[in-house]
Amino acid sequence: MRLLDYFKSTRNNNSASTAKDRLQVIIAHERQALRGPDYLPALRRDILEVIKRYIPVSEKQLELHVEQEAGYEVLELNVTLPDEEKIAS
Amino acid sequence: MSKIIVVTSGKGGVGKTTTAAAIATGLAQKGHMTAVIDFDVGLRNLDLILGCERRVVYDFVNIIKDEARLSQALIKDKRTDNLYILPASQTRDKDALTHEGVGSVLNDLQEQGFDYIVCDSPAGIEHGALMALYFADEAFIVSNPEVSSVRDSDRILGILQSRSRRAEKGGEPVKEHLILTRYDPQRVDNGDMLAVDDILEILAVPLLGVVPESKSVLQSSNSGVPVILDEISPAGQAYQDIVSRFLGEDLPHRFMRVEKKPLLRRLFG
Repeated sequence: MRLLDYFKSTRNNNSASTAKDRLQVIIAHERQALRGPDYLPALRRDILEVIKRYIPVSEKQLELHVEQEAGYEVLELNVTLPDEEKIAS
Repeated sequence: MSKIIVVTSGKGGVGKTTTAAAIATGLAQKGHMTAVIDFDVGLRNLDLILGCERRVVYDFVNIIKDEARLSQALIKDKRTDNLYILPASQTRDKDALTHEGVGSVLNDLQEQGFDYIVCDSPAGIEHGALMALYFADEAFIVSNPEVSSVRDSDRILGILQSRSRRAEKGGEPVKEHLILTRYDPQRVDNGDMLAVDDILEILAVPLLGVVPESKSVLQSSNSGVPVILDEISPAGQAYQDIVSRFLGEDLPHRFMRVEKKPLLRRLFG
C-alpha cells in the first residue's frame, strides 16, 4: 500500500492552489470594505438618500471606495443610472 | 525598556495559548523577567498549559477591581526562573477589563522591572481580544495553513493597524510577526496544504517561525509543561528558534521542508 501511496502522492491534487486563489480574492475584497474610514457606510447611506430624491437608484447601483494613490486618498463614487424608460414609468 | 507583546489570531484553536506559554517560557529561560497574562476572561486556560492551575488564588480581574494586590495574584513559575503568570478570572464577565484597569496593571508590571509582558488574547474580535492587543508594542499573529485561519489573521492585522493604542496615538505602528503553526510540509508537497510562501504573500507580514504539526504539543498540554521545554521535539525546537529570532539572532528557518527519508523507507516504511 505504501508503494501505491507514493505514486498517488505525486499526482497533482491541488486544493492548496484553490485555497490561495479564494483567499486572495476574499481578502482583497474585505480589505477594501473594512480598512476604509469608519464613516464610510454612513456617508454611503446619506449620499444614496440624496440621489434617490432625484433619481430612482437602488443600493446596488451605488459604489463607494476610498483608494490610496501616490500619497492621496481618493474617494471614488460610481452611480449606475437606470434606463430612461424605467424613470418614465 | 520593557515590551508588551500580544499573541493573537482572530480564529480559535490555532495555538495562541500554546504559543504564549512557549514564548514566555523561552524569554524567561534566556534571562528576561517575563510576565504572561491570560486575557480570556471566563475561559481561563493558560494556567493549565503552564501547569499551575492549582496555585491560582487571585486573578487579573481581582487586581483591576482592587480586591487583591498584583504581587498576590502573580504566580511564580516553578520550573522556569524569571517567569510569572497572571491568570484570567473564571467567573466574571469580560467587561471587567477596562482600558484604565488593564493599562494600570501593565504599567505596574513595567515598573516592577518586567522586561517582557506577553498578553495571551482570547479568540474572536470582541472586547477581550481588543483589550489584549490595545497596549501592544509587538504582535505575534498565530495562523494555521488553512483558509479560515488566514482570513481571520488578516482581519486581526487590520484591527491592530486601526484600533491599537499605537494606531490611535499615531506613533510607530505595532510591529507584526507571523507564527505559522501545525505546518505539514508533506501535505504542502502533495498540494493539499497552503505553503508558507503563499501565506506570506497574502498576509505580507514577516515570518518569525514555522511550528510543524507535532504530537508533542498535545503531550505537553496533557502534562501541563510548555512545549518549548520538550527540547527534542520539532515543535519545542521551533519555539526555541522563534524566541532566539525575536531576540535578534539570525537563524535559518527550519521545518518548512520534508525531511528526506531513505528511498527504501519511503517506499515500504
